[in-house]
Amino acid sequence: MAEKVLMKGNEAIAEAAIKAGCRHYFGYPITPQTEIAAYMAKRMPKVDGVFLQAESEVSAINMVYGVAGAGFRVMTSSSSPGISLKQEGISYIAGADLPALIVNVQRGGPGLGGIQPSQSDYFQATKGGGHGDYRLIVLAPASVQEMADLTIKAFDLSDKYRVPAMLLADGTMGQMMEPVALPDVEPVQVEKPWAVRGTKMERKHNIINSLYLKPDVLEKVNFERYERYKTIEENEVMYEEYMMDDAEYCVVAFGIAARVAKNAVVAARKEGIKVGLIRPITLWPFPTEVLDKAADKVKGFVSVELSMGQMIEDVKLATKCKKPVTLCNRSGGMIPTPEQVLESIKNLAKENK
Amino acid sequence: MTTQTLISGFGGQGVLFAGKFLAFKGLVEDKEVSWLPSYGPEMRGGTASCGVILSDEPVGSPIVSNPDVLIAMNLPSLDRYENDTVSGGSIFVDSTLVSRKVNRDDVKAFYIPATQMAIDAGVPTLANMILIGKMIKETGIFSFDDMIDTVKKLVPAKKQELVEKNMLALEAGYNYKD
Repeated sequence: MAEKVLMKGNEAIAEAAIKAGCRHYFGYPITPQTEIAAYMAKRMPKVDGVFLQAESEVSAINMVYGVAGAGFRVMTSSSSPGISLKQEGISYIAGADLPALIVNVQRGGPGLGGIQPSQSDYFQATKGGGHGDYRLIVLAPASVQEMADLTIKAFDLSDKYRVPAMLLADGTMGQMMEPVALPDVEPVQVEKPWAVRGTKMERKHNIINSLYLKPDVLEKVNFERYERYKTIEENEVMYEEYMMDDAEYCVVAFGIAARVAKNAVVAARKEGIKVGLIRPITLWPFPTEVLDKAADKVKGFVSVELSMGQMIEDVKLATKCKKPVTLCNRSGGMIPTPEQVLESIKNLAKENK
Repeated sequence: MTTQTLISGFGGQGVLFAGKFLAFKGLVEDKEVSWLPSYGPEMRGGTASCGVILSDEPVGSPIVSNPDVLIAMNLPSLDRYENDTVSGGSIFVDSTLVSRKVNRDDVKAFYIPATQMAIDAGVPTLANMILIGKMIKETGIFSFDDMIDTVKKLVPAKKQELVEKNMLALEAGYNYKD
């Protein structure tokens, strides 16, 4: 493993992307993710890469569409309002079956909202923020190390399945510094015979497109794509279990909320409450099976979120409402304290003995 | 052992750099560390702060809401965070800029005229490091040996002339007796 260095989460994403072989970055500044663009502006020219600040988010995502079609690793990054602007392009990229990485360092919404950390783009990320039947592979880092590791993972998965990937972070993860060891990996090379890179008059030309005017053809394309999604759901679920072995109660949280929740779990254990944590690392595919199994064992769940309660719907679906699921949340850029989460755990335990 | 430190002051006083120094030293000492700045509009003119957690175990929440150590570089910072400091914790005050005393009697309070000391020592921008020097002395969180290695690493390669000045400030704080 490489030597540990102290880095901001945003910088770790950028450097990891370069390690993963990404040589094309298109973006537009917005707090709290601007360090990604700043880092790329500095680094890309040194590795013969392209950094381009587009005139808008819409423009940037369509540049991503173009480079993805040419078969090169490409990314863009933004924060919540900017990600909303990119949705049309994301839907096109998904519809054209292209790999690309979109990073969302979330801030409070809706609208322009605020600039403090949030997780309220969960629905948008996991349920398709753009139009049409499609999915993104959504990865949720909970440390600066994971900001780096999951960036590389996102590129690999995206290439493997020809499905765009989203790294769903938040302002805290982007701004904080932690020691990180940037893995010295050789980028996984995936053959891309579909890429539009010139035929040299040696083969029939490829077409990148998301337009299918014949409904039966479009239906077939969609069904085929969902077969691929099924494979992803079967093979690529990632999660962390913490103190779940003997747990009677289960906290579900991702990203920064999971960090806070861990403190609360430790505190609750000290008070004799047997509670554990399940942290989804992939938000899509969602760790449905592990939650379903947990529901047969524990007496109840608390979903801890920096939103008005979005992931809680997936927790209820996954557990088939076999056990009560309560919500512990803050919104608008506020972050729950470990004490607030502990209180929710205690309430859950009191009401479900 | 976990120490949560909150450093707060006006934007431009080197609050973030001071925190970065602690985090960096923690990394060198093989501790688990996290550094989280306040970010946003309050940076300009108002209170800037950063929370640093140094621990022997993996850091859970990186948010420092109840610091073991508070370094208050201006009055608004002391007003805002004094009551959040844990009982038995320490508060370090830049007494050049903050005229009032700490109101609580369940914390250890240290008053260092850091801004004046920095001006007198010819390093007017390094009051932050004077406070860090004193904090290291009083908390014993790090030994003062090999401090220069961390300073060298943190100061950009092109500005190595600042290494000596940072060391001067750290030592001045470390040796200050209030």
